[in-house]
Amino acid sequence: MINLDAKIPQGKLAEKWTNYKENQKLVSPNNKRKLDIIVIGTGLAGASAAASLAEMGFNVKVFCYQDSPRRAHSIAAQGGINAAKNYQNDGDSTYRLYYDTIKGGDYRSRESNVFRLAEVSANIIDQSVAQGVPFGREYGGTLANRSFGGVLVSRTFYARGATGQQLLLGAYSGLNRQIALGKVESFPRTEMMDVVVIDGRARGVVVRNLITGKVSSHFGHAVAIGSGGYGNVFFLSTNAMGSNGSAIWKAYKKGAAFANPAFVQIHPTAIPQHGDYQSKLTLMSESLRNDGRIWVPNKLEDAEAIRLGQKKPADIADDDRDFYLERRYPAFGNLVPRDVAARAAKERCDKGYGIENNATKEGVFLDFKYAIDRLGQKTIEERYGNLFQMYEKITGDNPYETPMKIYPAVHYTMGGLWVDYELQSTLPGLFIIGEANFSDHGANRLGASALMQGLADGYFVLPYTIQNYLADQFDVKRISTDSDEFKAAENSVKAHINRLMNVKGKKSVDSFHRDLGKIMWDKVGMARTATKLKEAIEEIKILKKEFWENVEIPGDTNTINVELEKANRVADFLELGELMARDALNREESCGGHYREEYQTPEGEALRRDDEFMYVAAWEYTGDEKEPILNKEKLVFEETEVKVRNYKTAK
Amino acid sequence: MKGFLSSSIGKKLLMSLSGLFLIVFLLVHLGVNLTMLFDPIDGTVYNKAANFMGTNPIMKVMEPLLALGFFLHILYGIIVQLNNWKARGSSKYAVVDQKDSSTWASRNMIWLGVFVFTFLIVHIINYYAVLKFGQPPSTHVDGVEMHNTFKLVSDLFEIWWYDLIYIIGFIALGLHLHHAFWSAFQTLGLNNKIWRRRLEIIGDIYTIVVVAGFTIIPLYFLIF
Amino acid sequence: MSDKNINIKLKVWRQNGPNDAGRFDNYEMNEIPTAASFLEMMDMLNEKLLGEGKEPISFDHDCREGICGACSMFINGRAHGPDNAVTTCQLHMRKFKDGDTITIEPWRAKAFPVIKDLMVDRYSLDLIQQAGGYVSVNTGSAPDANSMPIHKDIAEEAFDAAACIGCGACVATCKNGSAMLFVGAKVSHLALLPQGKIEAKERAQKMLAKMDELGFGSCSNTGACEVECPKEVSISFIARLNREYLVANLKD
Repeated sequence: MINLDAKIPQGKLAEKWTNYKENQKLVSPNNKRKLDIIVIGTGLAGASAAASLAEMGFNVKVFCYQDSPRRAHSIAAQGGINAAKNYQNDGDSTYRLYYDTIKGGDYRSRESNVFRLAEVSANIIDQSVAQGVPFGREYGGTLANRSFGGVLVSRTFYARGATGQQLLLGAYSGLNRQIALGKVESFPRTEMMDVVVIDGRARGVVVRNLITGKVSSHFGHAVAIGSGGYGNVFFLSTNAMGSNGSAIWKAYKKGAAFANPAFVQIHPTAIPQHGDYQSKLTLMSESLRNDGRIWVPNKLEDAEAIRLGQKKPADIADDDRDFYLERRYPAFGNLVPRDVAARAAKERCDKGYGIENNATKEGVFLDFKYAIDRLGQKTIEERYGNLFQMYEKITGDNPYETPMKIYPAVHYTMGGLWVDYELQSTLPGLFIIGEANFSDHGANRLGASALMQGLADGYFVLPYTIQNYLADQFDVKRISTDSDEFKAAENSVKAHINRLMNVKGKKSVDSFHRDLGKIMWDKVGMARTATKLKEAIEEIKILKKEFWENVEIPGDTNTINVELEKANRVADFLELGELMARDALNREESCGGHYREEYQTPEGEALRRDDEFMYVAAWEYTGDEKEPILNKEKLVFEETEVKVRNYKTAK
Repeated sequence: MKGFLSSSIGKKLLMSLSGLFLIVFLLVHLGVNLTMLFDPIDGTVYNKAANFMGTNPIMKVMEPLLALGFFLHILYGIIVQLNNWKARGSSKYAVVDQKDSSTWASRNMIWLGVFVFTFLIVHIINYYAVLKFGQPPSTHVDGVEMHNTFKLVSDLFEIWWYDLIYIIGFIALGLHLHHAFWSAFQTLGLNNKIWRRRLEIIGDIYTIVVVAGFTIIPLYFLIF
Repeated sequence: MSDKNINIKLKVWRQNGPNDAGRFDNYEMNEIPTAASFLEMMDMLNEKLLGEGKEPISFDHDCREGICGACSMFINGRAHGPDNAVTTCQLHMRKFKDGDTITIEPWRAKAFPVIKDLMVDRYSLDLIQQAGGYVSVNTGSAPDANSMPIHKDIAEEAFDAAACIGCGACVATCKNGSAMLFVGAKVSHLALLPQGKIEAKERAQKMLAKMDELGFGSCSNTGACEVECPKEVSISFIARLNREYLVANLKD
């Protein structure tokens, strides 16, 4: 068993972060120069952390698999970023943002971490504006806000439909400044292959240059991983093609516990799947739910006729439309949280009301007719023009004239490596930031909170907390990468690569990945049961065995080899997928994005079981063929009233 | 300003300024030429204007400036083009489709420039060199002896193939100007989304006036 | 939408490495659904090549939703192919007809050397950014975000410039291999905003000097870049860059 001491500071909830900062150890400026930090990933968390740490005087090395740090997948976030600024004078506050987040996460996150997130949220907006992020503005020149699912205030800042892009370009510009100053060394097209552990501490990484195939290692007094989520375990997701769970999976195998792997967010508004050849799912921003109304026909024969192309959506009279979110959740209507909206869509489609003509008949309408009638096409164009254009490019349909078709898709993983209050994993010296850790979103993430968390971790949390660790490390001499420990780590990576190459099978990596994705979606997806989860575990084991006997990787190791890159990631996904199913099986309750069919209220809502499951499930690796050990961090809510999530009435 | 003129924008600035100077020169030249049509029989007005342009002290200063303008425009045109070819890289696209993304003229400014330059040489040999160094016909206007430039020009304009070369030269110049005019302002930074269209229209009006103005004269002499 | 299947012929540039001369290989693809994206068609081709024991085609791609800027490809003579305001990953097969021959080439420019097949090295764009594409503000030193009101139109215009995804289509398209649209967008985005004005002069000078140094060409205002730009970044930002640069040098 490992020690899951969260190191929550003393004091009242609102004073913890201040107390922490006032009492933590700091590193003096002349000693910072002696300390090296490795950052994996250049999304919002990684780029902002690397830039901030370098500004403070640390020597930073930053790695990403993309050809430029700016291409990390944070760039694709559309809708916005939350912050408790209360610029709209609608009663927002740090407490309210904290409360919405912890409630939205179904009370499966750590109180103190979430409060700190809400506390630093306002600074993120200040920082980003100072960098030149062109947020949307009012005519008077002040910042504009929009509202997002699951909350009753407008606290979301946005830059048209490309907020993630603009925030990432801001963090990337800070990173560039430090690269130019020589404080950050950047390694694009370089993938982390393993964490190097020396005397029980993370002391570096082994990486592979994706162009030359060269395996090398780098020393760091500490390592921070901000490699994002593992949604691609489902093959089809809104993640980028290269997004992967390998960095955190390798860290897990080196001793970092993996927390709540089953907590996956299925986003309600993506474009439905259209064929087997499909490579990814495209998200349509949640902000669309501000003005779009979601519906399916309320007659089965109408749904059938639409699927067959015999009827158009416009042929269905208003009375024959089932605005099921407005019907079921009158207080929040189309703006219920993501997990609720996603499940409701699945419920309708399972009953046969789906409108998309695909194999699974899965799709619902998101209709802007009503908003256009009310506000005029021009206003809608201003608000969502680029999203509408993107939709039309992909589907060939014009959403001004006909409703969009949408369906839930895997989007975000709330689970990730376990971290304490300092964002340190159970492997000393290894820090986990952004989507890669588990800490802030519990069982469900609210819209516009991912960007907030990534930047909070990178700009305002890690740069403080990592000092508490490094304060007594400055006299630790840099360990040569020629040392035995590093060479051994490199050799084990090379052996792993050779093992993959030597399979010389007949089946492509993608087809294994697709098969895994299908198991995950069908059995570890939106509606889970003990039976299906057990089947999934067995099926994944069989698939994993087949993978290691029959995967085809052509080409060489000492050059670009995309199939090898993918195989390395899929090999990890096969193991991670099994852990996800195991975690989902263990959690005998429904909460947030984790929905066990056995645990629902008579009305079909999620049934949480606080008495037994109010804990973080932190899995500990024990060996390749051995079962992982479950460790539990009990969640204590000192200052928060724990309620049943209810989006039917405005409470 | 260190290194300014060797920067890509600095070089383009020189092309832009020299080009605008030449654009003004063309208007003055056109003004003088058009006087041929005022009295197309003996050309007294034109000869007076040409004499004024040839003897006036301001023009003595302007002449080398004009030469400098041509020189800089051509020199930098070549320098920039050579660098741009280099920047394109050694391997070429097998298929390039730019018919919808840019005008033919804008992509072929160097070749239009070369063509106009060739025409300029012919032009200098036919007129400027004759007037400066040769033995042009002379005439008396108001008791003053001066070159009979009118006769020199109008005689040539009565040859049909000469007119053809002359007109083709101006069409090439017109295509060059069609892109050059607004482009000069763009390079100077005197452009934005609103003025782009306006400058293009002003440029096209200017181009039409210059091309039509210059070509109408030989046509007149050919026809009448 | 009426989706059907089409048969196409592909002429794809294959190049083993930076020093290989490269060549075109021909492939035939049958029964391609027109609802598929162009890159999904490439995936199918690669899957087919794998099945035949051949090496798949290398190309850059990542987000597949038109924002990361990784995908490139010069398709039938146009950057990102025969559609406006899209990246290659957003291009769909319904833009092609049954029986079409599609020529696929890598971005070509001196500053974008080919790494392999359709994959090119665009790190030069990062180097330009590193030269000055930022506001020098340290984490934690920012004033309240609303302390500096910015006119809505200015913020919108800054966004128009900031929309650039750094894909390099402008360079690939430009007959001069120039990165002026990229630099223009970056310089304008920050020059328009009050927080970026302080360093505007040095920024324009440093970024342009870096662009020149890296072997990009100069702008001759053909405007092809803005037509091929997936984010429709306007060449009015090149005019702004020219202006910023001239003013910067006049002040020196």
